[in-house]
Amino acid sequence: MTSTSTETPGTAAPRLDMDALLANRGTGIIVCCGSGGVGKTTAAAALALRAAEQGRRVCVLTIDPARRLAQSMGLEHLDNVPRVVPDVDLAAGGLLEAMMLDMKRTFDETVETHAAPDQARAIFANPFYQSMSSSFTGTQEYMAMEKLGQLRAQADVDGRWDLIIVDTPPSRSALDFLDAPQRLGSFLDGRTIKLFLAPARLGGRTYLRVFNAGVWAMSGIMNRVFGAQILTNVQSLIVALDTIFGGFRERAELTYAYLQAPGTQFLVVATPEPDALREAAYFAQRLEQDRMTLAGLVLNRVHTTDAPNLTVERSLMGAQKLADLPEHGLTERILRVHAQRMQRIGQETHLTQHFKAGFPHVPIARAAAQATDVHDLNGLRALGTSLAAG
Amino acid sequence: MVPDEVRVEDVPSDPGDWPGARLHVVTGKGGTGKTTLAAAAAIALASGGRRTLLIEVEGRQGIAQLFGCPPLPYAERRVAVARGGGEVHALAVDVEDALLEYLQTVYHLGWARWALGRLGVLDFVTTIAPGLRDVFLTGRICQALQASQSDGARYDAVVVDAPPSGRVARFLNVNQQVVGLARVGPVRDQAESIMAVLRSGQTTVHVVTLLEEMPTQETVDVVAELRGIGLPVGGVLINMVGKPVLSAGDLIQAQSRQLPRAEIATGLAAAGLPTSAAVVDALIGEAVDAADRVALEAAERGALASLGRPTYELPWLAEGIDLGGLFELAAVLTDQGLEVSGS
Repeated sequence: MTSTSTETPGTAAPRLDMDALLANRGTGIIVCCGSGGVGKTTAAAALALRAAEQGRRVCVLTIDPARRLAQSMGLEHLDNVPRVVPDVDLAAGGLLEAMMLDMKRTFDETVETHAAPDQARAIFANPFYQSMSSSFTGTQEYMAMEKLGQLRAQADVDGRWDLIIVDTPPSRSALDFLDAPQRLGSFLDGRTIKLFLAPARLGGRTYLRVFNAGVWAMSGIMNRVFGAQILTNVQSLIVALDTIFGGFRERAELTYAYLQAPGTQFLVVATPEPDALREAAYFAQRLEQDRMTLAGLVLNRVHTTDAPNLTVERSLMGAQKLADLPEHGLTERILRVHAQRMQRIGQETHLTQHFKAGFPHVPIARAAAQATDVHDLNGLRALGTSLAAG
Repeated sequence: MVPDEVRVEDVPSDPGDWPGARLHVVTGKGGTGKTTLAAAAAIALASGGRRTLLIEVEGRQGIAQLFGCPPLPYAERRVAVARGGGEVHALAVDVEDALLEYLQTVYHLGWARWALGRLGVLDFVTTIAPGLRDVFLTGRICQALQASQSDGARYDAVVVDAPPSGRVARFLNVNQQVVGLARVGPVRDQAESIMAVLRSGQTTVHVVTLLEEMPTQETVDVVAELRGIGLPVGGVLINMVGKPVLSAGDLIQAQSRQLPRAEIATGLAAAGLPTSAAVVDALIGEAVDAADRVALEAAERGALASLGRPTYELPWLAEGIDLGGLFELAAVLTDQGLEVSGS
């Protein structure tokens, strides 16, 4: 199926001009976000390939790619270092490199970069560091930002890439991606930590004494919950991280500023399903609030038809007429296949209209549903072409 | 949150699909409909006058949306009445409340509780030791499971809308989460008693999937991962299965791209529908798509069958999922053998 004919006249949202977005030299970062299972990572890879073949020098940062996606880019596996994707058409002067975020590795590297060797060793040995650096709650989002910052810095220095396309972590909600870095930043830089580290300094004023007492109670409880040793471990980790990062909050704010800069464009990826579009709507609102640029909605796996005038009702009535005529069994069944498809298209159109009503100005790019997943570069190319055709 | 001594219940003799299972953990790749099927399972398991509890742990209020009720507070409340008078209750577990509750029970906090909240200390604790979140969340689940029979709060089954398959093994493997942080002490004991419940015959982890490549692959992966950490894998719930329309003969013709154009055009004429080449081409193209999909689905079914777990197939609902749809899916689950054994 190649064409979409499901648009209700007069309600068409602006089409997202994907090629213009990819070609715009002012676009340095494209962030693909959206809820899990919508094909975000694959869309990021397809757009990266398309941009590279049109002459951009691209690095695509994937978060949790299926093994098959890595293989589709000719890489047996992806790791924490950008690797050149082979067999990309470089005639236009482009480049495609791909990597996968390794959260723990990135955290370790950040520590190694900023700490003296013995200090780093002490941090790595700390049980709380191990727990923090390998957990998925927040750290992954923060490290995705950290990695993006590193890639961008490298691009600024050696000009290796002029476009970075980022996939976002499979969070429970798309919004976690925006919130986690600040949460971790303000946590490590926050009041609690300061109190926790130095309750003794806080004597004097009454309200401080109350805080102090709270911290004291907390320390006592943590000791009892975890056993002794705990405070020493927590305190030494925080002191170490604090000296290394010199203000997590500043870094988080810097990252946020990156995201707000005009060179960063967001694409919200969704499938025409209720949950995915609801998440997309939340995200679109949030981006607006935070003054980040939403380039458009990528509507993935859209069902289409080339026989739009054969409605559900007409197809089913026709099938009904043929039901008692065995010589037309095939046509009857084919009409029922079409009716099912039209039903699905109807549902998808309804959901999409709903989104458009809320965000009439958000351009949309569609990609048709495919029977099979992407297996190779050609599959990625086809998806890219589909997205560019809108 | 968990009684000091965890007693693994005797396995009842009823030969249902899940003899003895009272804790049904539902996971699956994002977008497969895991929350929907967790809710349908809770309804199915409540049929025949039973009481079930549906728990969500990720703060998304997905259950409230499904059942069309206001956001759930941190308290168990009834959200639906099942066939035969059964009751479905729901609970959205909030990690801070669960942590405070735990501290309150174990340490009788009093005013210090206020200070903990005021200072953002809870946030601190769960950030510095993220694994703790899961200990408190799973602990609250086990607590619900073990609520005593005498106070009337006993549930015949507890269904958990768990984190997606990429994270579920970590979520359930709480022992691993605290190892290193706490070698002894109450949290360690807590984690061990939770693991005892999770590894007992009371627990079963179901995986929701679609007949598509990535969800199938993720299902195969998560089953291996769960088995690797000794957690009991339950059923494979295949969601959104389309109704087969084409016959075996049609499929062969479609796959070899030999659907008879003339016959279809004649058929369309007999049905009083347009017979233009464009329409015939469109219909043939769609039939070929459908046939390709059937072939793909057969391959995915084979991969899922090789897991050796009972499978359930849930229909794709054209009307979308509303309360009626949930009951429809619940009835399908019951028909295919998902029920509370014993009692």
